[in-house]
Amino acid sequence: MHRLTSVEELEKVREKILKEKSTIKTCITICLGTGCHAYDSQTVYETLQNEIAAHNLEEEIELKPTGCHGFCEQGPIIVLYPGEICYCRVKPENVKDIIEMTVLENKIIEDLLYEDPVSGNKFEKESEIPFYKDQNRLILGKNSSINPQNINDYLAEGGYRSLAKVLTGMAPEQVIDKIKKANLRGRGGGGFPAGVKWETTRNAPEKKKYVIVNADEGDPGAYMDRSLLEGNPHLILEGLAIGAYAIGADEGFVYVRQEYPLALENLSTAIGQAEKLGLLGENILGTGFNFKVKIKRGAGAFVSGESSALVSAIEGKVGEPRPKHINTAVSGIYGKPSNLNNVETWANVPVIIEKGVDWYSGIGNENNKGTKIFSLVGKINNTGLVEVPMGTPLRKIIYELGGGIPGGKKFKAVQTGGPSGGCLPESHLDAPVDFDHLKDLGSMMGSGGMIVMDEDNCMVDVAKYFMHFLKDESCGKCVSCREGTKKMYEILEAITEGKGKEEDLLLLEEIAWVTTNASLCALGGTAANPVLSTLKYFRDEYEAHIKEKRCPAKVCKALITYVIDQEKCTGCGLCQTLCPEKAIEGEKEAPMTIDAQKCSRCGICLEACRFEAINVTS
Amino acid sequence: MKEKELDTIINKYGADPSEIMGMLLDIQEKEKYLPKKDLQHLSVKLGLPLTRIYQIATFYEALSLKPLGHNQIHVCTGTACHVRGAAGILNKLEERLGIKPGEVTSDLNFGLKTVNCVGACALGPVVVVNGEYHGEMTALKADRMLKRLMKN
Repeated sequence: MHRLTSVEELEKVREKILKEKSTIKTCITICLGTGCHAYDSQTVYETLQNEIAAHNLEEEIELKPTGCHGFCEQGPIIVLYPGEICYCRVKPENVKDIIEMTVLENKIIEDLLYEDPVSGNKFEKESEIPFYKDQNRLILGKNSSINPQNINDYLAEGGYRSLAKVLTGMAPEQVIDKIKKANLRGRGGGGFPAGVKWETTRNAPEKKKYVIVNADEGDPGAYMDRSLLEGNPHLILEGLAIGAYAIGADEGFVYVRQEYPLALENLSTAIGQAEKLGLLGENILGTGFNFKVKIKRGAGAFVSGESSALVSAIEGKVGEPRPKHINTAVSGIYGKPSNLNNVETWANVPVIIEKGVDWYSGIGNENNKGTKIFSLVGKINNTGLVEVPMGTPLRKIIYELGGGIPGGKKFKAVQTGGPSGGCLPESHLDAPVDFDHLKDLGSMMGSGGMIVMDEDNCMVDVAKYFMHFLKDESCGKCVSCREGTKKMYEILEAITEGKGKEEDLLLLEEIAWVTTNASLCALGGTAANPVLSTLKYFRDEYEAHIKEKRCPAKVCKALITYVIDQEKCTGCGLCQTLCPEKAIEGEKEAPMTIDAQKCSRCGICLEACRFEAINVTS
Repeated sequence: MKEKELDTIINKYGADPSEIMGMLLDIQEKEKYLPKKDLQHLSVKLGLPLTRIYQIATFYEALSLKPLGHNQIHVCTGTACHVRGAAGILNKLEERLGIKPGEVTSDLNFGLKTVNCVGACALGPVVVVNGEYHGEMTALKADRMLKRLMKN
């Protein structure tokens, strides 16, 4: 395809692509996103290719590798169109049946359909599955119909139409006005109005300006940005180009973690294809607008996702935060005004332009418009990415979309907002999830991580886990953060080892106050949240560790013992063979015992025992 | 790395000092670590003080100044993996290999590392071995996997 020099040419190309696609009878999409890939969807994809070729169906069937559909729990996922038949956990050996029965004879293979773990009902169509049914997949939706390595798929879905509309029919100020009216708030966690930020950069005195995509998704337990970049990179590029036009920038950067190899690959392919078509680069669509995009790789430093740190990293310096007397929106890369937004924020932009402010404002609640993607993970039946209108209650997300807690266990807490967020108990499950409500409860929305914990999770251990993370990731610039996170970690560690003292809880609260108030950037400023929120809602667990030297969730190794139920043990000897410490004593065919001195509490015996004869006590 | 090879990497980024990160990652990918000699060469070619390069090389988790093991085992310790028991798996691997995260076995056969999140939370706990994702891990599975790797 040649370089497009006008909007008319773009539309002609789109028509041509749609015409070509109209002859295809069946389309089989298969998710090759990271989650499904780990379940070996690549082999399923290759087997499908071979099977289609073996039946000479290449002309009639379009086999489309796509990005993440979101329902990672059930991968590899394939969807057959028309009919939208969704098969889950597909294995290479199922492929022959899928082609011969479903494609050629229109028969559904019951065993491959999704079965709801709660009701036991089976669902044929992807959109009928409870996990998807109540979602509003404004941003993530196209992931399931687009091959991210093929720009034609994006164009077929109306791609780059918003950019064309903006470049030919709107003044930059009008674009900013629209984003402001739509009240698009930064999806990276800050919740700052994007339009206001854009305006600040546009009005900043320097002529040279930059736009940046923050794809340094560092919150553990969150992967929505990864899935967007992997599955629909053009959506982000289109949003970025619209932003660049509105702000008056001619250069943009996408800062991506190198831990996301597929995202890097798909993004650089997308940039190459868009440049070739003249949708990026010089004189875009013949309108005189120039905009080039470069990828910068990050290398695993959580703090580098902070705006001033990220700017330093792009300049080739160490990604440490700097004092923000002047915001990066005014003085960013090389001192030039630089507008930084998160992946999901940019992805919202083309949608707002296409559908309009009124339509967009109809989604969400009063101060939080549009949708938010959450990564619903941890102890939950339906693990995956969910996109819901802002303000959806936690309970709905966890119990209706997420299908509740597996194994009949009891819900204990949901952690939102990444390492600097907080843990909320059952009593707050009816809270609407948006920027403002979660903050009021002592947590935050963050970039959208939502980690569910059940009765088997120890909240002191969870607080210790986050403090370990934060002490490692603190860049060390501010004493309060460097020493505060370390000290809090040490105290928590002592508590989990049964060495806690009653005055420790007060000390934790004091250190938390100093760390919060005396640190430069948001990392230190919010670092105490995991400690404070668990102390607020789960103080009894702390007290059990300190006063009774007991871990109620039976997690903390120093406070638990493994014992063998003498009535259930058959003396099969499996645990004895597997125990790396040789801590299991006894003769075969008779109940065995565990030597608590030798036992390292690794849990291998518990995992291996087929008679549920191993118990943990505290 | 041969100087010629190194120069190819430098030129790929137009010898632009702001692209230092990309160059370091490329060297690391080829050599599996950052050899001192290569960093000295970079410093001369880019006109960057060696201390600046070392500052970056020691700041980022993914960069290493020491040779990495032949088999790279990365245990994801992201929150989703943690609540599903990643710590137990890590303990098991530490015990078996006799090394702590960030270290390499004396025969250079295994390197153990923790990563903050690999973004495959649905599969948690995840262990990434030589770039391959292994989901739904347990201490027992990790132990068996290690035995297989040791045999090869």
